[in-house]
Amino acid sequence: MVSDLFPTPENTSEPQPDSNARRSFMKQAGGILGLALAPPLVAQAERLTAYSRTIEGATDLTLRINGQTRTVRAEPRVTLLDALRERLDLTGTKKGCDHGQCGACTVLIDGQRVNSCLTLAVMVQGKEITTIEGLAQGDELHPMQAAFLKHDGFQCGYCTPGQIMSGVACVSEGHAKTDDQCREWMSGNLCRCGAYANILAAVREVASKG
Amino acid sequence: MNQFQYVRPTKAQAAIEAVAKDPNARFIAGGTNLVDLMKRGITAPQKLVDINRLPLKQIEHQGSSLRLGALALNSVVANDTQVRERHPLLALALNAGASPQLRNMATVGGNMLQRTRCTYFYDLSMPCNKRQPGTGCGALEGINRMHAIFGHSEQCIAVHPSDMSVALVALDATVQVSGPRGSRSIPFADLHRLPGTTPERDTNLEPGELITAVDVPDSPFTKHVHYQKVRERASYAFALVSAAVALDIENGIIKAARLALGGVAHKPWRLTAAEQVLVGQPATEETFRRVAAVAMQGAKAFKHNEYKLRLAPNALIQALKTAAAA
Ligand SMILES: Cc1cc2nc3c(=O)[nH]c(=O)nc-3n(C[C@H](O)[C@H](O)[C@H](O)COP(=O)(O)OP(=O)(O)OC[C@H]3O[C@@H](n4cnc5c(N)ncnc54)[C@H](O)[C@@H]3O)c2cc1C
Ligand code: FES
Ligand code: FES
Repeated sequence: MVSDLFPTPENTSEPQPDSNARRSFMKQAGGILGLALAPPLVAQAERLTAYSRTIEGATDLTLRINGQTRTVRAEPRVTLLDALRERLDLTGTKKGCDHGQCGACTVLIDGQRVNSCLTLAVMVQGKEITTIEGLAQGDELHPMQAAFLKHDGFQCGYCTPGQIMSGVACVSEGHAKTDDQCREWMSGNLCRCGAYANILAAVREVASKG
Repeated sequence: MNQFQYVRPTKAQAAIEAVAKDPNARFIAGGTNLVDLMKRGITAPQKLVDINRLPLKQIEHQGSSLRLGALALNSVVANDTQVRERHPLLALALNAGASPQLRNMATVGGNMLQRTRCTYFYDLSMPCNKRQPGTGCGALEGINRMHAIFGHSEQCIAVHPSDMSVALVALDATVQVSGPRGSRSIPFADLHRLPGTTPERDTNLEPGELITAVDVPDSPFTKHVHYQKVRERASYAFALVSAAVALDIENGIIKAARLALGGVAHKPWRLTAAEQVLVGQPATEETFRRVAAVAMQGAKAFKHNEYKLRLAPNALIQALKTAAAA
C-alpha cells in the first residue's frame, strides 16, 4: 500500500501574495539589472527547440526566466545554476554542493522544482524558469517568503532561497498536509544551521492557508 | 567539466546512430547522474545526445502490462494513477529514492542505468576496476561498509544504487530497447550484470542501444506490498539495504510472492529461492524468519559490512510483515 506520506497530489493552486508582508529581503526580478534582453518572442524560441540541433562551443542560448526572455552566451557544459549566477546576475539561487546533494540551487522549471546545478542550461531553452527573484510581485513578498520571515526560517540564510522555492512547490504539489509529510517532501533541502523546525512551521502555515 | 558537442535529435534512429557510431558519445536524459559524473571527471563524453525530444514519456496499459516510457519522470511515474493502482510497490520504491527535486528530473531509463555510488569509483586518486579497468578494487581491502554481500568478485564489490530497479526486478518487468541492429526485449533480471572480470560493464546493453520503455506485467500484487529502505537518515540518502516485497495472500495463506533486495549486490537482487519457500505457507512472522534465512544463503561480507548480514534479513522480515498487514 502507498503510505499516507505519499498521497496523490491535488491540484491546489499556488497561493496568492500576502499583502501584509512587505519587507523585501530578496533581490527583485532580473529585469531591473538591465541585462541584454533577447527578442521577446518566446514562440520563436520554442519553435527553434523543436528541431534537431547540434551545438558546439559557445552559442547564444535563449532562456525564459521569471517571465522575461534572456540570452546568454554559453557552452553546452554550462549548468543553469552557473548561467544564472555567473552570467545573468541572478545570484539569489545558491550553489551549495554543486552535485545535487543539498537543494540550495532549487528553481522551478515549468512549475516543477529541480536542482539547477545538475541542469544544463542548453537543455531548458523554451521552458519557464522561476528563480527566487521571480517570486515577489513588486514590493509584495510571496506568502512563502513572508512566512519564512515571520517564523524565522533561517539563520545564515544560505539555504533559504532553495528552501523557499522547494516550499512553494511542496505546497502546490499538495505535499505539506501534515508535519511528517512536509518533512519528507522538504528533505531535498539541507540546512546546515539546522533551522528545520522554523522552516517546517513556515511551509506548513502557507499550506494551511491554502 | 570537459567540453562536448551537444546534439538533440527528434528521431530515435538518429539518436541511436549518433551513439552507436561514436564510442565517446552518450545519451543524456535527466542528467542527474551523468552531469554529476562529468563534473567530477569520472566520465568525459565528447558528445551528448539529448533524448528529451523523443516521444518516450507515455505511461499506458497495453495488452497485459503497463508500459512506462523511458523518459517518464520518476515523480510522474510515482504519482501516476495506474502505477499506484496496479503496481504500488513501484510507486513506493520510487518515492524512497533521491529527493523531490531529483525525482522531477530523473527518468525511468536513466534511473536504471545510474552508476554505482562506491566511493572508490568516485575518488579519482583511488584504484577502481569499474572506472579504470586493471587498476584494482580499492574497496576490497578498503572501507567497504557500503558494499556488496552477494555476487561480488575479486575485481569489484560495488552495489547498484537504484531503488526503482529493486521493485522492477521483483515485478518481473521487461526492458524494451532499440539499437543499431533493431529492437529487442530484455527481462529486467538480465539487464544488469554481476561484476565478474568485467566490472566496467554495468549492463548487457550494447553500444548505441536506447531504452525506449519498461513493461510491468499485470499481477495480483496490488495490495500486500512494501518497500523497506534502511538508510543513515530518514530521507534523501542511498540505501544501506532495501527490501521489496509483493505478496498475494488468500485466507492467511501466501499464494504467490516476489522478493528482491537492494544495496547488497552489483545488480538488484531477486530472491527466487526464498519466494518458493513462501508459497503455501501462512503469512506469519515464523514463516518470514525461515524465508529470510533462505534469502541470505550464500551471502559473504567484508571487513566493514558484516552488519548487512543481519540488516538485510531483518529488513526483509520487516517488509514481509508490513506487506502482509497492508
Ligand atoms: C544526491 C543524490 C541522491 C540520490 N539518491 C538516490 C536514491 O536514494 N535512490 C536512487 O535510486 N537513486 C538516487 N539518486 C540517483 C538518481 O535516481 C539518478 O541519478 C537518476 O535516476 C538518473 O536518471 P537521469 O534520467 O537523470 O539519468 P542521466 O543522468 O540522464 O543518465 C544516466 C545514464 O543513463 C543513460 N541513459 C539515460 N537514459 C537512457 C535511455 N533511455 N537509453 C539508454 N541509456 C540511457 C545515460 O547515457 C547515462 O549513462 C540520487 C542522485 C543524487 C544526485
Ligand atoms: S548546489 Fe545543487 S543541490 Fe547542492
Ligand atoms: S540557514 Fe544557514 S544553512 Fe540553512
